[in-house]
Amino acid sequence: MRIPCPICGERDRREFYYKGAAVALDRPGPDAGEAAWDAYVYLRENPAGRTRELWYHEGGCGAWLVVTRDTVSHEIFGAELAGEADV
Amino acid sequence: MAELIAKTPCEGLLPLTVGGVSLTEENPGVMTVVAPFRGREAALAQAMRAAHGVAFPAPNRSAVRAGARAIWFGRGQALLVGPEPDPSLAEHAALTDQSDAWALVRIEGERVEDVLARLVPVDLRVRLFKRGHTARTLIGHMAGSVTRVGPRAFQLIVFRSMAATLVHEVRTAMEAIAARGVLEG
Ligand SMILES: [Zn+2]
Repeated sequence: MRIPCPICGERDRREFYYKGAAVALDRPGPDAGEAAWDAYVYLRENPAGRTRELWYHEGGCGAWLVVTRDTVSHEIFGAELAGEADV
Repeated sequence: MAELIAKTPCEGLLPLTVGGVSLTEENPGVMTVVAPFRGREAALAQAMRAAHGVAFPAPNRSAVRAGARAIWFGRGQALLVGPEPDPSLAEHAALTDQSDAWALVRIEGERVEDVLARLVPVDLRVRLFKRGHTARTLIGHMAGSVTRVGPRAFQLIVFRSMAATLVHEVRTAMEAIAARGVLEG
């Protein structure tokens, strides 16, 4: 599996640390209520197919990325800087 | 008062030559991480050029001029190797003295690409990775910096605390390549 880091270029999966689904980009407001915060902190989908995930280019430039990946085929559709990604 | 004895990161470990590939320590002097403030990249590049003759490098690139080497060192960072950073740089960037934080080695020889291919998950063949090209990547299990400094020479940088591991990993790869050479010969 190879991930196209927007800064470094395409790199081996070993250089990256996997964080999980990119829900962290969609943080609820302080007043969003218990249900929203419960979902944000604890509840995760377990999708078969295309999903957006956070990866950290730990063995590279140090950027956090949003990677769009198919969890079934492991196909990588693209990666963008987390700071510039749409929520 | 006690006199402290300075030791280089690879003291007692290098130099080393196996199968025509040599590994030697470099002691470049001052190492400074230069991290431009937001929106000050152009001003910093100008200040670096004026003071040290090297611009702030683009990702995956390095530049060398009269004893000063600027190595791209991660997102929004370069490592300035050699001179004390000129005070004018501090106007545009955060400067961090990391002179004692890193081990620098030079690896050189006919089969250097074969040796590094065992350790680094980046294609370092000269067709793709030319002199001055650099990568933040893995060297074995260590995060490090790899820069081509010649047709058959690279500079490797890892945390100083990992100097012994670096030498061990590179020596193991050198021995394996040398052994293959014997078999093939
Ligand atoms: Zn990267």
